[in-house]
Amino acid sequence: MKIILNNTEEELTVENMSVSDMLKYKKFSFRMRIIKINGELIPKEKYDSTIIHDGDNVQMIYLMSGG
Amino acid sequence: MILEIVIPKYLYLYLIFAAKQVQMRISEIENHLSKFRVGIAGAGGLGSNCAAALTRCGIGTLVISDFDIVDSGNLSRQFYFINQVGMDKTSALKENLTHINPEINIIAQQVKLNETNIPVIYAGCDVIVEAFDRADMKEMIIKAVQKSMPGIPLIVGSGLAGWGNANKIRSRKIDDTLYVCGDELSEISEELPPMAPRVGIVAYMQADAVVEILMKNI
Repeated sequence: MKIILNNTEEELTVENMSVSDMLKYKKFSFRMRIIKINGELIPKEKYDSTIIHDGDNVQMIYLMSGG
Repeated sequence: MILEIVIPKYLYLYLIFAAKQVQMRISEIENHLSKFRVGIAGAGGLGSNCAAALTRCGIGTLVISDFDIVDSGNLSRQFYFINQVGMDKTSALKENLTHINPEINIIAQQVKLNETNIPVIYAGCDVIVEAFDRADMKEMIIKAVQKSMPGIPLIVGSGLAGWGNANKIRSRKIDDTLYVCGDELSEISEELPPMAPRVGIVAYMQADAVVEILMKNI
């Protein structure tokens, strides 16, 4: 399936994967992040149950300490 | 010979005209920005410097909260002075911002922010700047504002530790309600402390995002 990941089109070999699966698949390992799918904020507790579909717009922000 | 006299004269008149135009444009911008209220969550390296930039731009009201007091170690990057060590940050910052512009309205509160008090303290703000130190606090305010203050843009700072690679720091629009400034990569640690140049770049980039949003807001 094709998704938009941080404004870039990404071709994923697996269809309808959960947010947790996508993080593993993409090897994203940052501890603190915010994920929005089609503009909706996805809480951490819902990473396993939220499914990313073809055409979804996935936005990820990495949160780094310091300020 | 005639040209040599005429051109500088016209140039001179033009420069006076251009300078007046610039001054008029600045007054027009300040007048527009004075109508808005901007929230700043945290008054450390990001918050204190961002507040200074926004004050200079002519924002009408700033709502600033922080629980902390000024420490001598803060002077390496935060907008405070040595005689303010020991003062609560929000009072010290209010004092400093008033020295830039006595007309600015500052609502300063010494309080520890959480998911419950953020929507109350920042109610009525047109834009909010996230200026916390800890990543978990950044996550907390994103959740709070997105959930309880729908439509209000939040400008997050993330990734500013150390030095160098300043060109990796950027401003990224996620959507109309969420922007992130920083490199989203450099985390502070004992080896990589926050330092004035990169902290200042991110703080001023956050202020620029605020101005950009408010200039579109007619």
